[in-house]
Amino acid sequence: MQNEELKSRITELLPAATYDESGEWLNINVEPSDWPAFASQLRTDASLSFDYMFCLTCIDWKTHLTMVYHLSSTAFRHNIVIKSKLDRNKPEIRTVCTLWKTAELHEREVYEMFGVHFTDHPDLRLLILPEGWEGKNPMRKDYEDPINMIKL
Amino acid sequence: MFRETEILQTASQVSSTGGDLEGAGDLVINVGPQHPATHGVLHLVITLNGETIKKVEPHLGYIHRSIEKMCESLTYRQFIYVTSRMDYLSAHMNNHACALCVEKGMQIEVPERAKVVRVIMDELTRIASHELWWGAMAMDVGAFTPFFHAFRERETINEIMEETCGARLTMNYYVPGGLMAELHPDFQKKVKSFITLFKSKIDEYDELVTGNIIFQNRMKGVGYLSAEDAVSFGCSGPTARGSGVSSDIRKLYPYAAYDQVQFDEVLENGCDSFARYMIRIREMKQSVRIIEQLIDNIPEGDFQAKTKAVLKLPKGEFYTRVETARGELGVYIVSEGGTTPYRIKFRSPGFSNLSALDQMARGSKLGDLVAMMGTLDLVIPDIDR
Repeated sequence: MQNEELKSRITELLPAATYDESGEWLNINVEPSDWPAFASQLRTDASLSFDYMFCLTCIDWKTHLTMVYHLSSTAFRHNIVIKSKLDRNKPEIRTVCTLWKTAELHEREVYEMFGVHFTDHPDLRLLILPEGWEGKNPMRKDYEDPINMIKL
Repeated sequence: MFRETEILQTASQVSSTGGDLEGAGDLVINVGPQHPATHGVLHLVITLNGETIKKVEPHLGYIHRSIEKMCESLTYRQFIYVTSRMDYLSAHMNNHACALCVEKGMQIEVPERAKVVRVIMDELTRIASHELWWGAMAMDVGAFTPFFHAFRERETINEIMEETCGARLTMNYYVPGGLMAELHPDFQKKVKSFITLFKSKIDEYDELVTGNIIFQNRMKGVGYLSAEDAVSFGCSGPTARGSGVSSDIRKLYPYAAYDQVQFDEVLENGCDSFARYMIRIREMKQSVRIIEQLIDNIPEGDFQAKTKAVLKLPKGEFYTRVETARGELGVYIVSEGGTTPYRIKFRSPGFSNLSALDQMARGSKLGDLVAMMGTLDLVIPDIDR
């Protein structure tokens, strides 16, 4: 499907979604509370069937965090980007690792690097960082480490 | 630290319930971080029941350098060099993805010559990477000789790279706008003689390893990954194609000069380690085919587009992907309009491929783990970043 068709189909599924079409792919902004139900519709809807999550990450905008999910369909080869704004002080969103198994490790990475809490995640703990780094979130913009960080 | 707590828990479960509890009697062992079969510092914590694997849990981070954070303070010309250190066996492809992303953002038109040379370089790297994998794979399952055969041919590629790029492993040859330098005068001649050499050797590989009955017995039916799981785990590259999932970025979303060449996307339906093995062997032949089509047809002209001294990406988000030897590498740049990226994310193929290991390994014997890990072709710096 082209971006226009995707947009009209997604508006049917989630009227509250807002769009940004400046990029190559359709960007869809959703509320964290809408995300679990919407995600499962994206995964299962026969005309969308977004079965391949090729990127999951987070951006720290200093005022808030944004979760970014890149989804693709192996059947139709269309791509979309889902974005969800999170409160920086208490970032929380439902896990999607039951829909896309790859999300499990990616969410663990985002959890330790940005401190986003994924509710209902089966095994939410540090992945890359060693013990003792809980709550330090090194990928946030305000993270300071005078010893290990070299600023140019 | 993890190991002790885990074993203590298991032991206390056994003593408190008299051994009736689910999971009692399980053995937790560590493979790595220093283990020859992990090909780097990968740490797997494996839960065993007898000899049967119940769970494989990767512990990452032994070579984590936080390349993403580092890139936030490097300019668009500088950050490309760091990415050679991610998947060091596909250094050219890593650079390619980054260069493409900057070019997309700045709308730089890359000269035809650079596009074609990039494809040749990428495919040479793919052959070199698959050769190293092939030698190491055979060594993992007990055959030592193939390793020397593989390295003998790989050496020729390294020499070609050294002449043109000045480096053998972390090449840093691609810059936004094209290539860093002109090709070495002997480049075409050397590549052609390599192709002739390699074509006579690739059948030798089949004789030596592929047809070997002991090898086939170790690989067939091992590490089953269904097509549905491969997609769900985000697998790409040979790992996904071994399960019959079409995922070749070169075909699906052609970049550089890939739309000008004839080649087949290699697919196997075995879903097991042997299928993934066959994919890489057949891919090497396709790479040779691509190089043969291009090596005599490198267009004349500039090797680099004229770019500004200081690159500034416009405000926005840019995502490009390329097919590395391990699969789909995505580069996601969020720009605020400055000279450095605001946020950069590398979607590394190894990270997603590794997540499927647990699914593959559950229920099989510990001895088969090496045969599964080998066909995932893990490069640890690519996973940890």
